[in-house]
Amino acid sequence: MQENAKFPDLSDAERKALEELMPDEINEIISSGIKRRHFLKLFAVTGTALLASHMLGIEQLMARSAELSTPPPLPIENGINLSFKVNGATKKLMVDSRMTLLDMLRERLELTGSKKGCDHGQCGACTVIVDDKRVLSCLTLAATCEDKKVTTIEGLATGNELHPMQSSFIKHDGFQCGYCTPGQICSAVALMEEAKNGEASYVTANVREKKAAVKLSDEEIRERMSGNICRCGAYPNIVDAIREVHGDKAVAQLWQFAEGTN
Amino acid sequence: MRAFKYTNAPDSASAIRTVSANPAAKFLGGGTNLVDLMKEDVMHPTELMDVTRLSYTKIEKKNDGVSIGATATNSTTANHELIRKNYPLLSMAILAGASAQIRNMATNGGNLNQRTRCSYFYDVNMACNKREPGSGCAALNGVNKNHAILGWSEKCVATYPSDMAVALAALDAVVQVEGPNNSSRSIPFAEFHRLPADHPEKDNNLKQGELITAIDLPANQLAEKSYYLKIRERSSYAFALVSVAAALVTEGGRISEVRIALGGVAHKPWRATVAEKWLTGKEATTANFKAAAAAEMKNAKPLQHNKYKVGLALNAITRALEGAMQGGAYGTMEAESTSKN
Repeated sequence: MQENAKFPDLSDAERKALEELMPDEINEIISSGIKRRHFLKLFAVTGTALLASHMLGIEQLMARSAELSTPPPLPIENGINLSFKVNGATKKLMVDSRMTLLDMLRERLELTGSKKGCDHGQCGACTVIVDDKRVLSCLTLAATCEDKKVTTIEGLATGNELHPMQSSFIKHDGFQCGYCTPGQICSAVALMEEAKNGEASYVTANVREKKAAVKLSDEEIRERMSGNICRCGAYPNIVDAIREVHGDKAVAQLWQFAEGTN
Repeated sequence: MRAFKYTNAPDSASAIRTVSANPAAKFLGGGTNLVDLMKEDVMHPTELMDVTRLSYTKIEKKNDGVSIGATATNSTTANHELIRKNYPLLSMAILAGASAQIRNMATNGGNLNQRTRCSYFYDVNMACNKREPGSGCAALNGVNKNHAILGWSEKCVATYPSDMAVALAALDAVVQVEGPNNSSRSIPFAEFHRLPADHPEKDNNLKQGELITAIDLPANQLAEKSYYLKIRERSSYAFALVSVAAALVTEGGRISEVRIALGGVAHKPWRATVAEKWLTGKEATTANFKAAAAAEMKNAKPLQHNKYKVGLALNAITRALEGAMQGGAYGTMEAESTSKN
């Protein structure tokens, strides 16, 4: 079957559902990949968010990319031989001492999920998780990453199963253009650990109180996410998305498609 | 970015030896400021000595106080039980600065070594005595709304950006330094950073190759009543226009000890010694706080665009002292001002 080859990540049932639900678009998807409108339609007509996110996830949400073989190291001035882990895989390569972690991820390792926004530590679009802490990859020299463990947006999903924070951002429409989203999600994932560890913030009522897991109010989420700027202004939806993952009950989805837009 | 040699410091002695031998070498901490300045070509070291893997990460009791390691991160420090409990002023100040990501990267030693965010310092096309001694100060008669109102000179009107350092100034911290040939010295915090005078290119009194290893916090009775108030143009992730670290001890309503330090107003964390002296022995009332703030601000010399900072500092000092009196819990000041409206 041709579709089998085109949708290797889908199960037989999912492939069948896709063909039945969107017979008009199937050829277009096969030839040019899934587009936002396909995604939205799938989401809307069926409520099969799982299928939709699988389809989109393959190319965008997980920002997964084909593994390229590491080029052989050539001697360069001030070159540094590095060995470190990215999303669980050990990488060995030689980098220019001037190269940032962000540029190494994007330009050398083909991991373009982490975004270059300002490149000066002012926007948070490049946020990744290094040794379990969220950091700015644009201000981290690649050379400093020897033996460290880097997690990027590409490493959050398990196979085709999105990380709960990724699913929650979709449910709550926590983005518009999506450029800041990989950084927002990495930041939010690390924030969940910080809250579990009882870390304080500037708006914590009393920093002297003994540390225990903290329950984040909306104000706490906003303060702790202030290092991630969203130019589209999706902040209320981002806060909802984080609150759902952080809390123990579902947060109402505040949007729906208008009638007739299916 | 210009070429530089990167070395992961194997031990402190060889790191110090290398950096003291090369005037264009720098120690690298979290890099949150230095890497950015190198991208902008404001700073161009030929060699970076990464000291973040040296064993200066401990936060531990020392004598009656606490010693915080120079390569411990700002996040670790702010959240350490010893600091939260005994020096909440320091936790609050650190958490008021930057973002979670930057605090995770930034080291304590690096925080003290960060440079001013004066936009003329950052713009390599502008005159700046701090960046290029003798070239002039573009800020003196330029857009200087973010600049100093105290202690500036004709050579430089820049302000010091750190929040952490403001709290350390109030806490009478001591900076521990190792230098070449196994030398070491202790620098009282008030003598660590400098006023610009004729040499604004020097932010502090460290010599080339001297490495901060720890910052010692002497014991005090201030934890119950301390508060860090930061006034900025947005409510988070911005540098201070004015900030105040305030802490006091009262006995029977009278102030037996008070510490006040200001950020955003000078080339170094500004210890408000005039206000402290004025308040000591007086009753802890808002009227007295205001009078003390006024006494301190008598010495202010605002520039063309920053006269607002004098009024802001007056109110901020008063509010910070009120916040400290209320136990320093976040939100007390906000609730207070709302209920009065």
